[in-house]
Amino acid sequence: MSQAPVGELRHTPLHALHRQLGARLVPFAGYEMPVQYSGIIEEHRTVRSAVGLFDLSHMGEIEVLGEEAVAFLRYALVSDPGALETGQAQYSMACDVDGGIIDDLIVYRRAENLFWVVCNASNRDAVVGQLTALLSRGDFGATIEDRSDHIALLAPQGPNAAALVGELTDLDLASIGNYRSAPGTVAGVDCLVARTGYTGEDGFELFSDSRRARELWAALAAAGERHGARPCGLGARDTLRLEAGMPLYGNELNRETNPFEVNLGRVVKLEKGEFVGRAALQAVQQAGPTRKLIGLQMVDNAIPRAGYEVRADGDAVGHVTSGTLSPTLGTRIAMAMVPAALAGVGNAFEVVVRERPYRAEQVKLPFYRRERDERT
Amino acid sequence: MSYPDDLRYSKEHEWVRAEDGRATIGITSFAADELGDIVFIELPEVGATLSQFGTFGVVESVKAVSDLFAPVSGEVTEVNEVLRDAPERLNADPFGEGWIARVTLADAAELDNLMDAAAYAAETA
Repeated sequence: MSQAPVGELRHTPLHALHRQLGARLVPFAGYEMPVQYSGIIEEHRTVRSAVGLFDLSHMGEIEVLGEEAVAFLRYALVSDPGALETGQAQYSMACDVDGGIIDDLIVYRRAENLFWVVCNASNRDAVVGQLTALLSRGDFGATIEDRSDHIALLAPQGPNAAALVGELTDLDLASIGNYRSAPGTVAGVDCLVARTGYTGEDGFELFSDSRRARELWAALAAAGERHGARPCGLGARDTLRLEAGMPLYGNELNRETNPFEVNLGRVVKLEKGEFVGRAALQAVQQAGPTRKLIGLQMVDNAIPRAGYEVRADGDAVGHVTSGTLSPTLGTRIAMAMVPAALAGVGNAFEVVVRERPYRAEQVKLPFYRRERDERT
Repeated sequence: MSYPDDLRYSKEHEWVRAEDGRATIGITSFAADELGDIVFIELPEVGATLSQFGTFGVVESVKAVSDLFAPVSGEVTEVNEVLRDAPERLNADPFGEGWIARVTLADAAELDNLMDAAAYAAETA
């Protein structure tokens, strides 16, 4: 959040607190961030069974404002933010003219002409750069402001998240459905309360003024004691999202990959009219993607990791994009990019671990889906 | 942090307990804590020959893959098979139930290349 010279790591407002909590801090996207506190597996299980507290204040928040904010975002992103009602949010992507993914992000409609684009910290400069360049052509009556340095993001995630946040707010959380948000106070701190997340569980993302973040965290942690809450780091966030089959930029997503290859063609609204990357993406949609992101479960006892070679019938055909021992399932799981022609649930692959091939089977994504979502 | 006095320690965070020409080896509590939750170990085979400071296996935590480096040279006579199904013992009891292998001690003079508990404590402070 605080500006730092090149080469120095930035800190979120909770940095000192993370240290006090015994977090292991690592460099991540230019920030020094907690990768774990008590241990990744325990934190992972806390989110699946109770509620975990994440500090995600490194993420980017870009405000888009203006009479033509809708028209601008419809042009800059592959989805259709014009379809959002005020208070609604949408998973989206910014793509380049060649259809390559610049970033995946969430667009929140806060008012008729006011949107927030929440992007990955690692791509904040790229997204701001892209939006600025598109606006500079002067075709749209809209402005953007990168508010990332002034906004903190705390995320209580897990089945007890609603009970926890509900104790601290007057908002009717039942009326905030999945991918919905509302302004309100949590523990007396003004927030945008969004029912979004990256864990495969119910949960919230609370955006607040960064100067109030410590206060908000303290209130969540104190009330959280009754709900089995525990601070959780980026390590658990990674295993949680992988089980939930959610892509991570830098692993599954990059400039050389288009949305159709990663099973996210539904995000791309070709019918909405002209937008950046439309021609290239339409060509991919018509021809079908040549590669496909698949789920693998290891048959043999070896853990697949990002970058490991994937073989079919002994031939190198692709690579693992993310892999781990699944803390929830106890199985060894991976996402991998392979030729589309070879993809099919039940198909046999091998993953090369330390120069030896180990058997794997393609399985359906996601690996984990929470039990029935009772909200609409 | 303090470490058992009867062991010798390598810079790569392995320990060795030498007695009567045999040695038991494992990873230190420092290494186990640094790795985090250990979820997999690739053990050496019985009969394999280890050379001091050479790799002899792999441990994997949730996030990371790390080589194991032999603190002494020798031939593997026994491995801790329990770790295959219970690698978490490396975290829970690294100096006891989490031992990794027993080897014949090829050259007792190699122990002089290792640290005692006080030196290792200083190394990891």
